[in-house]
Amino acid sequence: MTAKIAYDEVEVGTELPAQTFPVTRATLVRYAGASGDFNPIHWNEKFAVEVGLPDVIAHGMFTMAEAIRVVTDWAGDPAAVVEYGVRFTKPVVVPDDGSGALIEVSAKVAAKLDDQRVRVDLTATSAGQKVLGMSRAVVRLA
Amino acid sequence: MALDQSFVGRTYPPTAPYEVGREKIREFAEAIGDANPAYTDTEAAKALGHSDVIAPPTFVFAITFKAAGAVIEDPQLGLDYSRVVHGDQKFAYTRPVRAGDRLSVTSTIEAIKSLAGNDILDIRGEVHDASGEHVVTAWTKLVSRAPEGA
Repeated sequence: MTAKIAYDEVEVGTELPAQTFPVTRATLVRYAGASGDFNPIHWNEKFAVEVGLPDVIAHGMFTMAEAIRVVTDWAGDPAAVVEYGVRFTKPVVVPDDGSGALIEVSAKVAAKLDDQRVRVDLTATSAGQKVLGMSRAVVRLA
Repeated sequence: MALDQSFVGRTYPPTAPYEVGREKIREFAEAIGDANPAYTDTEAAKALGHSDVIAPPTFVFAITFKAAGAVIEDPQLGLDYSRVVHGDQKFAYTRPVRAGDRLSVTSTIEAIKSLAGNDILDIRGEVHDASGEHVVTAWTKLVSRAPEGA
């Protein structure tokens, strides 16, 4: 494990570079295939509306996968992430309008732990709504 | 109908090994749009100290959730999966998942709660490699929403 960020160089409050991740219907079809999650709420608008959703929604696990990229891109080595947890608070609604939705992710160091580890708290929003809650990673730095 | 509390603590038999393929990792990394070379380039992964390409942090969910099917589809538990949403997800790693790993999952029901007519089920999946070493633990909270008008 070889993180490119040194523990001694970060402080509580250090912000990680924020990123915005686009998601379209095509993204969701591709993620369904790669992950094996073929729940029709992620690709079939008629079905999604029938079960009470506003439209097709992104897989929660897709949003979780995108959000941690802010941390893995920062740390360099994805294995620096030793713990990662989220709560799925609101769905990412993905309209079939050619442009889809955006997931905006920011993160900052919330605590310095022992053993070169830090806790990073993430914020993920889409269309102004917080889509992940209690989103936290423990990261082992160099 | 509330789920039977006596299922708390129940552990299901370990799954048959899932072999982590290099191209499956690549497919997953491409699906999330992540170009980190540690997922696709063996030399880049080795430069970081890994013996082969590693998988993104959430990759293992496909394996643990499939294993959780033993719980979800347990007819004795009687969960109404058509009403289930994913509430929380957490992973704790001993080491990253690597290409070539043969991973087996042991699922345990950690908690069953009933809140406002919703059934809440916490499942822990312990993932071990072929040598029996711990790789990652995945915690999955599922919420089975109360039927309308209940």
